[in-house]
Amino acid sequence: MTEENIRPPLSVRIRPWLIALPALLVLIGILYPFVTAIYYTFTGYQLNRPGSANNFVGLQNYWRMITHVDFLYSTYITFAYALLTTGVELSLGLLIAMLLNRESRVAKILTPMLIFPMVIAPVIGTLVWKVMMQPSVGILNPMLNAIGLPSLEWAAAPQTALFSVVLVDVWMFTPFAALILTAGLRSFPNAPFEAARVDGASFWFTFRNLTLPMLMPFLTIVVVFRLMDSLKMFDIIFAMTEGGPGNTLMTYELTAYRTAIQFQRLAQGLTYAVLLYIIIYISSQYLIKFWGRAQRRAAGF
Amino acid sequence: MENKSGSHRLAAVLSDAVLIAYFIFALFPIVWMLLISLKPGEELFTTRFVFHPTLDNYQAILFGDPRAAAGVVAKQEFPRYFLNSLILATGSVVVSLLFGVPAAYALARYKFKGKEDLAFTFLSFRFAPELVVIIPLAVLYRQLGLYDTYWGMIWVLQLVTLPLLIWVLRSYFEDISPDIEQAAMIDGYPWWRIFWNILLPLVRPGLAAAALLAFIFAWNSFIFPLVLGASNTTTVTVAALGYLSSAQSFFNRMAAAAVISSIPQIVLALSIQRYLIRGLSFGAVKG
Repeated sequence: MTEENIRPPLSVRIRPWLIALPALLVLIGILYPFVTAIYYTFTGYQLNRPGSANNFVGLQNYWRMITHVDFLYSTYITFAYALLTTGVELSLGLLIAMLLNRESRVAKILTPMLIFPMVIAPVIGTLVWKVMMQPSVGILNPMLNAIGLPSLEWAAAPQTALFSVVLVDVWMFTPFAALILTAGLRSFPNAPFEAARVDGASFWFTFRNLTLPMLMPFLTIVVVFRLMDSLKMFDIIFAMTEGGPGNTLMTYELTAYRTAIQFQRLAQGLTYAVLLYIIIYISSQYLIKFWGRAQRRAAGF
Repeated sequence: MENKSGSHRLAAVLSDAVLIAYFIFALFPIVWMLLISLKPGEELFTTRFVFHPTLDNYQAILFGDPRAAAGVVAKQEFPRYFLNSLILATGSVVVSLLFGVPAAYALARYKFKGKEDLAFTFLSFRFAPELVVIIPLAVLYRQLGLYDTYWGMIWVLQLVTLPLLIWVLRSYFEDISPDIEQAAMIDGYPWWRIFWNILLPLVRPGLAAAALLAFIFAWNSFIFPLVLGASNTTTVTVAALGYLSSAQSFFNRMAAAAVISSIPQIVLALSIQRYLIRGLSFGAVKG
C-alpha cells in the first residue's frame, strides 16, 4: 500500500487500528467478563452469598472438580457426544455430498431443501424431535412398531438418551457437512478425474487417491466447526432432557450451567466452563493451523 | 470404458434412492411439525395422518384461546416473544454492521502488526464456550442494570454476529482487486470515500447475505436469553420450551409456535442460498 523504504507517518500507521476501533471496544467488552471468569474460579463465589467473590480459595474449585465422583463420566459424555456427532456428520455428509454432486434430476430437486434442518433454531428443532419421541403423541414409536420393532423410551431412558440427542444433532448438522463438501467437490478440476476414468481406475481407487486428498481442506473445515460446536453443545441437550435422566447427559457445558446458574455455585460452575474453554482452545490451535492451510488451498482452486 | 448402460443405470437408481431416503429423514420432522400444528386438540393423541385440520392452535398462540378456562392459558404472549426475537436479532446485526464492517475492511486491506492475531481473536469468540462469558455477565449485568434489557442482550449477541460478519466480509473485501482503490487514490479520493463509494457497493450482495445469516443465528440463539434475560426479553426460542415444560404440555401449540418462528428462517436462508456456503464457513469456502 505505501512505499517500502520510507516509514509511513503515524497517522497512516494507526489508521487500521482507528478503523477497527469500534470492533476493538466490543472485544474489550467481551474479554473483560472472560478475565473475570478466570478470576472467579479461584474464589468461593456463590450467587446467594454476597461477599464470597472476595474469598480466595486457590485451586480448590479445580481440585474439587477433578476429584468429583461424576467428573470422569462427565468427561466421557462430553467427548462421546462430540466425537460421535462429528464422525457421523462427516461420513454421512460426505456420502450425501457425493450423491448430490451427480447429474441427476432427483439431486437437483432436493438440493435446495438441504438447508432446512440447519436454519431452524436448534432448540425448536429439538423440541419437535422431543414431541416425536413422546410416548402418547409421538410418531417414532408407532413407526418402529409398524416395522415390527419394540417401542423405545428415547431420551427418557439412560440407555438410549445419548443416542437420541446424537440423532437430533446428526439431523440438524449433517446438512452443514454436506453443503461444505458439495462446494469442495464442485471446485475440483475435471482433468485428473477424466484421466483416471480413461485409465480405467476403479471407483474406490479414484475416491482414495483423488477425491479424499483434494477434499481434505473441506473435511478439515467441517471438523473444526462441528467438533468445536459439539464439545460445547448446550441447546440440543438442554431442550431434550436438561442433562438427564439423572446425570446421563451431564457434559461439561451442562454441568457448568447447572452448578453456576441453577445451584448458584458460580465459581464451581465456571471451573467446568474454563476447563472446556482450555480443551477447545488447545484443539482449535491445532485445527486452526490446519484450517489456515486449508483456506489457502481451498482458495487456490 | 466399461458397458455404460446396465450397471451405471443401476448405480444411478440406487444413488437416487439413498438420497430420497436421507431427505425423508431430513424433512420428515418439519412436515410433521406442520401437520401437528394443524391438528385439533381432540385428535392430537391419534397418530393418524388423516385428521380435520384447524387453525385453532395458531389462533390460540397469536390471539389467545377463547375456550380456555379464565386466566389459565387465555393470555397468550407469543406475539410479544416474536417481536422480542425480531428486535434483538435486528439490533445485533445493525450493531455488528456498524462495528464490524470497518474492522473487516481494515483486516482485509491493511498490513499491520498483530493483524492475524486480532482476526483470530474475533474468530475465537465463535468457538469459545458461551458460558465462560455469560456467567460473569449475569453478575455484571445485574450491577449495571443491563440484566433482562434489549441493550444488554444486543451487546452479548455480538458474540454470535460480530465474528461472522467480520470474517465473511473480510473475505469479500479481499476478493476485490486493490488496483481499483489505487486508481481512485491516485485520482485524489480520500480513503473513506473510496470505501463508501467504491468498495461498499461492490460487496453489497455479500454484505446483505452475511447480515441475513447473522440475523438467523442471532434469532436462533438460546443460551443468551435463557441466562441473561427474563420476562422483558423472552424470545421465541426460550418461550417454545415453556409450551412443553408447563404442567400441561401444549404439543400442538408448541408446533404452531415452531412453524411461525421457523418460516422467516427458511425464507431468509433460501433467499441467500448462493452466499450461504461462504457465510456458514466464515469465508473459508467460497462456494
